[in-house]
Amino acid sequence: MSNTITIDGQTIPFQEGQTIMDAALAAGVYIPHLCHNPEFTPHGSCKLCTVTVNGRNVASCTMPAVEGQQIANNTDELNAKRRALTQMLFVEGNHFCPFCEKSGNCNLQAVAYHLDMMSPHYNHFYPAREVDASHPDILLDRNRCILCELCVRASRDVDGKEVFGLSGRGIDCKLVVNSSSGDLVDTDLAATDKAASVCPTGAIIVKRHGFSVPIGQRIFDHKDISQVQLEAAQKERGHE
Amino acid sequence: MSQCDSPDLKQRLAPILQKHGRDPTKVLQILREIQDTAHCICGQSIDLIAEHLDLPRVRVAGVAGFYSFLAGGQACGEYRVLFSDNITDHMLGKAELMDYFSKKLWLEPGKVSEDGLVSVDSTSCTGMCDQGPAALVNGMPLTNLDENCLDLICELIRSRKPVSDWPPMLFEVQDNILRKDVLLGEAFEPGAALKATLARGPRETWAEVDKSNLRGRGGAGFKTASKWSFCHAAIAEEEGHVVCDIGDRAERIMVCNADEGEPGTFKDRVLLNSYADLVFEGMTVGARVVGARRGFLYLRGEYAYMLGKLEGVLQQRREKGLLGKNILGEQGFDFDIEIHLGAGAYICGEESALIESLEGKRGRPRNRPPFPVTHGYLGHPTVVDNVETFACAAKIALHGGEWFAAMGTGQSAGTKILSISGDCERRGIYEYPFGTTIRQILQDCGAEDPYAVQVSGPSGTTISWKEFDRMIAFEDLATAGAFMIFKRGRDLFQMARNFSHFFAHESCGFCTPCRVGTTLMQRIMDKIDGGHGTASDLEEMKNLGQLLKTMSHCGLGTSAANPVLDTLNKFPDVYEQKLKALAFEPAFDLDGALATARRITGRDDKEAHLGAES
Repeated sequence: MSNTITIDGQTIPFQEGQTIMDAALAAGVYIPHLCHNPEFTPHGSCKLCTVTVNGRNVASCTMPAVEGQQIANNTDELNAKRRALTQMLFVEGNHFCPFCEKSGNCNLQAVAYHLDMMSPHYNHFYPAREVDASHPDILLDRNRCILCELCVRASRDVDGKEVFGLSGRGIDCKLVVNSSSGDLVDTDLAATDKAASVCPTGAIIVKRHGFSVPIGQRIFDHKDISQVQLEAAQKERGHE
Repeated sequence: MSQCDSPDLKQRLAPILQKHGRDPTKVLQILREIQDTAHCICGQSIDLIAEHLDLPRVRVAGVAGFYSFLAGGQACGEYRVLFSDNITDHMLGKAELMDYFSKKLWLEPGKVSEDGLVSVDSTSCTGMCDQGPAALVNGMPLTNLDENCLDLICELIRSRKPVSDWPPMLFEVQDNILRKDVLLGEAFEPGAALKATLARGPRETWAEVDKSNLRGRGGAGFKTASKWSFCHAAIAEEEGHVVCDIGDRAERIMVCNADEGEPGTFKDRVLLNSYADLVFEGMTVGARVVGARRGFLYLRGEYAYMLGKLEGVLQQRREKGLLGKNILGEQGFDFDIEIHLGAGAYICGEESALIESLEGKRGRPRNRPPFPVTHGYLGHPTVVDNVETFACAAKIALHGGEWFAAMGTGQSAGTKILSISGDCERRGIYEYPFGTTIRQILQDCGAEDPYAVQVSGPSGTTISWKEFDRMIAFEDLATAGAFMIFKRGRDLFQMARNFSHFFAHESCGFCTPCRVGTTLMQRIMDKIDGGHGTASDLEEMKNLGQLLKTMSHCGLGTSAANPVLDTLNKFPDVYEQKLKALAFEPAFDLDGALATARRITGRDDKEAHLGAES
């Protein structure tokens, strides 16, 4: 049988042009990820989706599937490293789940649960990051930003606006917006834009909807993120 | 007052904007020039550039915030003095000199003087390690700094004398070539290698480069002929290589990587200063082989002072018919080279980040595949080779592949230029055949009681005195050229700590492991340095090192932990003697947190400290 790859011993098919992540999601194999969203161009920055292909580590969201690849994914070693990366994302920002509007709907929180993250492990950086509440309908809280650039991609590729971008370098990287004032209110971002709803954490949220779904009834309150994302991929395939 | 506040900013920037046209790849070049003119890049400048180039403002702001020399929107003084922060500068007294200079000017490093006249800060290695301590003042190199020299500079700054009118002896940079072999030793007649190439034919010249076994001199050691053939689909096909789909972008690009940012490396500076013809000729030979019509020299911002001289060499070559249209009268052999300046970003030495920077973007390494040889600059098949690689290519075109392959070792043909600095009598440039032992090199440069050598810079390998019989070669110690020597008695912990700061500062921030991991590493090294380290911190660094090595996006991240891991492995005592005899020590330094209060109250007595006496 041609056009197959093997993930953790399971043979799965792929189509020409698919990445390992694409093929895995289509076949119902979960690879933890944060910066990847099947609706957008793969980015490869969070590195949670790293898998071992023929002995080499690669980001599965950007690596094309190639016939015969032997891939290790759900291993203790890789999951430990993914957990460490998730812990890094927690400590470099200011994430306070108990009073975050996104709690229960947050991919970062859900991935942390999935990976059995029990503590932040590293020392918190407690960075001073700006909150931008200037926009009447949308809140930008950089404390919760994990620099996945999904909003950057959504605004550029779907909304055609390029409201968001990154500036700075290294640990000083930060999300900036397309206005001279630096404020969100002076951009043309609208609450109906894809960029306003794509954030996997609570960094960009539409105002006045924070608690419209009560805690306890939220996406990840009863389902693991792997189940949620595989179901979404399944649904997407149904539409095709 | 920063000149950015002036109301006529638009008029003052107009010539810069006009000069570069409306080409969005020029963003970085424009920003550089504005920084030089206005000493900062204010919001209004960014608005003007975005408008002029019809780019989203956020993209211009992103570029402005990425490069160290652009100061990320913060003002710097009319005179901006940046002290080179490499460990070799420190060994020659950098910290004390910077402190002396700052005090003399009543300045705090990192801040601009009240009158906006001057600012002082540190910068990553400026590539003057054989003549340090070094610094840059408004882009001009200062070498062999001492207190007398800084006194003079203080006077010049206070009297507001333009840097262009300062005594030229301040800016003297020596080549210090101390051992020559085939690259540096023989005189080279500009055009000779091109004539040989034309006589032999492009396909045959490629075969000579193939036969020579030339491997990239930037450190990774990829076979140059293979790279060239991938870029030239027809050759690749004939050779039975996988022919990559190069799409509809048939135009090919030749790029010379002169972003020599690895601390301790300065051989490309010397090649460009005194052998530029050889380098440009190598590029032109490569262009003939792969069929490129455009070439770029990506020159690191620290070497901007050489721009005028290099432009001059390019112009001479055009006049001699060695660049431009119908080179040496050969119909259809068109090739020219443009110089693109960096602006303080080590990551741009990584080839795909370099291409992003050439396109006027943030220097962020791309996802691969596709590789630059098929999808490089603006999507065109692009060859990126090191300065020294091109110099070798020119010699191979002239003398043939066999001649070159006969030198060196089995897997490492030819010679290697080393930049030697640190504890030795004769610091400078040494060209050796591959296979030369560390011991031989140490003897030649007069290293007394050497204890360790950092081969190939922070991203390379730390070797101890037990390993001096190892050799410079891809099969043993691969190197991009840095060779920093540490004599017995030097604190190698401080070397590793210096390098951990370097990587944290230079991480581009794209991927999680490198962005956060390099900073965590730096903080633990600082914690140990502050006397608060414990055994568990060493374990933590080993784990972080593994994470960086295995999960990072590019070579910066995968090699960032090398100095710490190597020194932990080979010199564990330098860590252990700094540890507290405790199993656990909180990272939060309670006494350190009182520093601000002590400064405010002007106290530093024993009572103003917590637990320092223990």
